[in-house]
Parts: sequence; C-alpha cells; structure tokens
Amino acid sequence: MPNARRSTIFPSMTPIAAASGSITPVVNGEPRSFPAGTTLGDLLRAFELDPRMVVVEHNRAILRDRAIYDSLALATGDAIEIVHFVGGG
Amino acid sequence: MTTLAAPVLDSPLVIADREFHSRLLVGTGKYTSNDAMVRAIEASGAEVVTVAVRRVDLDRTNRDGILHHLDPSRYFLLANTAGCYTADEAIRYARLARAAGFNEWIKLEVIGDQETLLPDSAGLIEATRVLAAEGFKVMAYTNDDLITALRLEDAGAVAVMPLASPIGSGLGLLNPYSIRTIKQRLGVPVIVDAGVGTASDACITMEQGVDGILMNTALAAAADPARMAAAMRMAVEAGRLAYLAGRMPRREVAVPSSPTTGLIA
Repeated sequence: MPNARRSTIFPSMTPIAAASGSITPVVNGEPRSFPAGTTLGDLLRAFELDPRMVVVEHNRAILRDRAIYDSLALATGDAIEIVHFVGGG
Repeated sequence: MTTLAAPVLDSPLVIADREFHSRLLVGTGKYTSNDAMVRAIEASGAEVVTVAVRRVDLDRTNRDGILHHLDPSRYFLLANTAGCYTADEAIRYARLARAAGFNEWIKLEVIGDQETLLPDSAGLIEATRVLAAEGFKVMAYTNDDLITALRLEDAGAVAVMPLASPIGSGLGLLNPYSIRTIKQRLGVPVIVDAGVGTASDACITMEQGVDGILMNTALAAAADPARMAAAMRMAVEAGRLAYLAGRMPRREVAVPSSPTTGLIA
C-alpha cells in the first residue's frame, strides 16, 4: 500500500501494524487498517473529513442518516465508498 | 442571476416545478484553477451549475471538493452521472448525489462509447424510468435523435438535453434541423448540452427555439474563461430574443430598404 496515510487519530496504526485487534475495511478501493471497534465516525475523523461535505456508501448501501456514523462499527472486508462533488460538466 | 434584457422580453425558464432566470447552464470541470472557475461562473450569470460525483482522495490533505469553492446557497447544484457506462452505474451515482442533500435533480449521462462519448440511448431510457419513479427530476443528456428524445420524455425526464456535437468537441451545432424538430415535438424543456464552442454557436443554437444551453469546455478551455462566459451570456440571450422576435423571411433577391419613388430627376 504505497499510498497508505498515517492516521492522525491512530498515529501508531500503519497497514503493516495490522494484526489481531485490528480491522481492515476497504475504503475507496484500498484496504486500510484501524483498531477493532472503529466506527464510521472515527474513520471520517481520521481522514479529517467533514461529514456534511461527503456521502458514504457502506457495503453498497447509502447512509443517508449521518447520525448513525458514530454507532456504525466497521469490520474487515467492509466496502466503504466516500464520495463528494468535484468539478464536472 | 438576472438577464441582460428587460424581463418583459422573455419569460423564465421553467423545468418541472422550478423557475430559473438564466437560460445558460454551466459546468465546473476542467478549469485551470478554482478561481478562474468562480469568475467565469459569475460572469455567465448562470443559476444552474453542474458537478460530478467522485471518490474523495484520502491521501491528499488539500481537498479538491467543489463545495469549498462554490456557495450552494447561491447556485443550484445539478449533479451529473458523467463517466457512467451502464444504467445501473448511473442510478448508483444519482442516488449518491441525492444523498448529499441539496436536491433530487440529476443530469443523467449514460455513455455508450469511450472515443466519441456518445450516449447509450437504451441505458438512458432505462435509468430515466427507474430514477423518475424514485422521485428524481431527471435531465437527460442524449443524442440529437427525435425518437430517443420522445422516449426519454415518456420515461419521465423533466428536460431532454440533446447534444449540439460531441462532448468537449467545440464543433458547434451540427444538425439544426434535428434540434428544431426535437424542440417542436417535445412538451418538456429542451436544453442543448455539449458541443457549443463559441458565442456564435450559442446564438445559433438558441435561434432554433430551444429553452437553454448547458456548456462547460467552451468556457473552461477559452483563453479567458470569464470573458467568454460574458460573451456566452449575451449570445444565449441574443439568440433567444431573435427566436422570439421571429426572423424575416429569406429571399434570393434583393429588396430595397429605401423608397423607390420620389427620386430626383
């Protein structure tokens, strides 16, 4: 994972450090490791994303209710898509 | 978002239940800088601006999201499904766009061919039917083909958007007859989307009687986007007013403008 970015919330976590006690969801197509129990809210904070500026899909289901982000615990293999609006015609 | 001409000379553009005060709709892609984009959009007088849905780049700290640059309370954001090659993909992108929470409108694209970016008519009709049933206001990009346009209207599109020429080509209006025919036969607004290259193209397109034009590259790829945006704004209005005014008949012979009587001997 050449593009792996060190988490600001879990600074000790790198993809290589992934072991038991960690989960590896696939975020925007790339496996990324976090401590077990990490919620979607934690993940967005780790990437410094404002929940109001993005839309999240969890295992192909769009999460329209942002209030559930902090109670949605992620698991290894979960497919997370985080999208936003960019320039387009 | 006002027109240059006095409002009494034209009526607002109405799509579905919504009134718009500019007949020029603009995209936000391909500008050399966000600053150039913002200045061009301001100069265009456009109310509707299109945006695309893409993955957030998680490895960049400097986010490229458009909402950092465009005020969504000032512009009507019209998300597109650009880059989708199947109805299912386009439907997924449309649902993601709606979940952003701004509106339930979508500029539907289902592309059929990577080289020409020409639309997939069957995919467009299928996606329009599904999305319209889900309450989306679908503005469907399409070929300049009357039958496809009619089918899109039947499928529930609130506006049909035939191309002037291929996306990003700047070739102008290749088939005025087709565009005119589509406008004459459809009940929903017809917005020409893609292919306009310069102000005269926009003017000629509006003179066919269509309800508006959506453009992106003509502004973004101009040497001076803001100046071209101002030119396009005037051209769209000029073409619209000329259409409404009704042009004089073409004649193959000259007819003098000055009296032929009273000439001195």
